[in-house]
Amino acid sequence: MTIEPRTKRFVLGGLLVAVVVAAVVSQFASLRPDGLEYVADQQGFADNTIEHPAAGSPLADYGAGVTDNGVVGKAVAGLIGVAVTFGVGYGLLWAANRKRRGAGT
Amino acid sequence: MHIPDGIIDGTTSAGYAAVAAGGLGVALRRTGAYLSEREVPLAALVAAFVFAAQMVNFPVIAGMSGHLLGGVLAAVLVGPAAGFVVLTVVLIVQALVFADGGLSALGVNVVDMALVGAVGGYAVFAVTARLLGGIRRRIPLAAAVAAFLSVPLAAAGFVLAFAIGGTAGVSLTKLAVAMLGSHVLIGVGEAVITGVVVGAVMAGRPDLVFGARRLGEEVAA
Repeated sequence: MTIEPRTKRFVLGGLLVAVVVAAVVSQFASLRPDGLEYVADQQGFADNTIEHPAAGSPLADYGAGVTDNGVVGKAVAGLIGVAVTFGVGYGLLWAANRKRRGAGT
Repeated sequence: MHIPDGIIDGTTSAGYAAVAAGGLGVALRRTGAYLSEREVPLAALVAAFVFAAQMVNFPVIAGMSGHLLGGVLAAVLVGPAAGFVVLTVVLIVQALVFADGGLSALGVNVVDMALVGAVGGYAVFAVTARLLGGIRRRIPLAAAVAAFLSVPLAAAGFVLAFAIGGTAGVSLTKLAVAMLGSHVLIGVGEAVITGVVVGAVMAGRPDLVFGARRLGEEVAA
């Protein structure tokens, strides 16, 4: 790995910001429907929605079912989401990068 | 603007999925051609940040909220190809882990937010940055303008998908007016968040901003 310390610090600092946004700031998110949901209700095609197969999973709707405590559930969902997106993104982009370099070291 | 299952019919969704998969293949190849090893963790960070920011819905009007789309933000920071990959990763994780956005609708969501939002949004950014004189100081402003426009652009992308394979008989004109009207308002939030974040990175580490490096090359050339 040839990543300078100050870039490493930037990434770690950025991850800290992402964790705070996903676990803490998200607690204050508006619960109103988003733009598409609003239009779907208004135009009358919201009823066509088929429930997501994983709608009953503990992490569905960002942790609603993780615990009885909604705040904790959302914080846990936020932490998991940040970790998984970072991990999957890292793996996929690392593989794309490695392939170019001829699967060397 | 995550489309759930059941809104776009199966055939149309399958077609979009094929376009999305092909797009991801191209995006990964192009990303591999320019993203340096030190930028891999940066791009992964952008994915994590876009995921986090999308959790924070902001109120827009009575009965409606909006959230960051993040396409322009990601593309300006890590380039349009890596931006496509980043948004696709976020959408896959949201659909598979958090039941946000349909499974059969995943391809439509990728085309709408990764292709239109990140790649299309970056094209708007590039034109805007040039119109603003190609000055580095104005990059956050150019990113904000492109971010603002990218939201109604993605909304138009949804209307197109609905026109092709929508499962309900609603007036397309009314749908277009409602989608564009609501998403122009959400675009204001997109512009503010994108402008602030790009501005913060430009202030601290302008060398990490893809859009700024590209601008520098063009000015130098």
